[in-house]
Amino acid sequence: MIDKFFPSAEAALADIADGATIMIGGFGNAGMPAALIDALIAQGARELTIVNNNAGNADTGLAALLKAKRVRKILCSFPRQADSWHFDALYRGGEIELELVPQGTLAERIRAAGAGIGAFYTPTAFGTRLAEGKETRRIGERDYVLEYPIHADYALIKADRADRWGNLVYRKTARNFGPIMASAAKCTVAQVRETVELGGLDPEAVVTPGIFVKRVVRVAASLQKAA
Amino acid sequence: MKKLDRTQLAARVARDIPEGAYVNLGIGLPTLVADHLPKGREIILHSENGVLGVGPRPAPGEEDEDLINAGKEPVTLLAGGAYFHHADSFGMIRGRHLDFCVLGAFQVSIAGDLANWHTGGSDAIPAVGGAMDLAVGAKKVLVMMEHLTKKGESKLVERCTYPLTGARCVNRIYTDLAVIDVKPDGLHVLEMVEGLAFDELQRLTRVPLKRLATAA
Repeated sequence: MIDKFFPSAEAALADIADGATIMIGGFGNAGMPAALIDALIAQGARELTIVNNNAGNADTGLAALLKAKRVRKILCSFPRQADSWHFDALYRGGEIELELVPQGTLAERIRAAGAGIGAFYTPTAFGTRLAEGKETRRIGERDYVLEYPIHADYALIKADRADRWGNLVYRKTARNFGPIMASAAKCTVAQVRETVELGGLDPEAVVTPGIFVKRVVRVAASLQKAA
Repeated sequence: MKKLDRTQLAARVARDIPEGAYVNLGIGLPTLVADHLPKGREIILHSENGVLGVGPRPAPGEEDEDLINAGKEPVTLLAGGAYFHHADSFGMIRGRHLDFCVLGAFQVSIAGDLANWHTGGSDAIPAVGGAMDLAVGAKKVLVMMEHLTKKGESKLVERCTYPLTGARCVNRIYTDLAVIDVKPDGLHVLEMVEGLAFDELQRLTRVPLKRLATAA
């Protein structure tokens, strides 16, 4: 019997090794898997490469992981925010590597990894410093920049509901990077609010089919938010 | 002359958004445009974090942390709205499906180059978000900004000195002094604020402006 339900976030993340590349879902706090990030902090893996749209807000979640100096490199589109002080301090101190990626290119590089695409040409960033050193090509009347996929060892995402096969549905704009990150990682762990019996999700409305998900952890609604 | 304040500028941009348009409003000043869209026009707002049909701010106490806009502010969803993931959202942008985006700017060049993501300072922490995708993807790129910097320098420039967001991507510029189209042969002034003469606008702007016969 296939059963992807894990008893705890700790159990679901126990095998993450030092140096792993980890995608973390969320756009700001919407869709950020706070319980999984807390478990990752407790788990202890170091020298991580993190993929997220941002670089942490305030003192919890991803910001707490950064503060604990467990991240060697971060790929993101929008690190600088009013409350990104932990990232700012590490960056200014030369203690973290930043790969700044336009948001649509970040999303498409993740999607490409999950879809088996070797590379793609995008018009975004052509003629800007974020395309410096990259291969370019004129196709028709437009100029494009060659971009490569981003693969990950793990994706930690937040969804609303799941069944034991790992099928997922999301809630509102908390969906954001979840579905594409799920497809791009070798091991996707989903934090969900509710688990249901097989057949309990409308198959017409499943957003992430279970083939993309390895582990599911139910987290009580009261613990979904960052502490 | 009567410079437009932020609210008046947002209202001026909003007046030009037609019925049926799909529009992305950038974070910061452009977000204000949403409050001034003419009543009675059905206009669908896109936010790059995966939502079409963005509605007004929720009433106090009605905020939902799972329903936010690109500026991470709480919003609502209109009837008919839809959610989708980030790759689809940026597919809509790059794939030329949005009719308009409205972006802020540090500088716009006479060729329509846009600089709005980085001041170029060596100690500045860069953050680009979705600006580069919007700049190349929307069918029409509208910029709204103050005409002059705080030091009184023109933000319309011969060549951008700040790092580019996109090359030759801006179609129209709304400032607190004028509305200006970017055309292959240069900058065309469509409108000026009350009490501003073309010669004075030209003096403040530094780069050559063309005056449309119909411009007031």
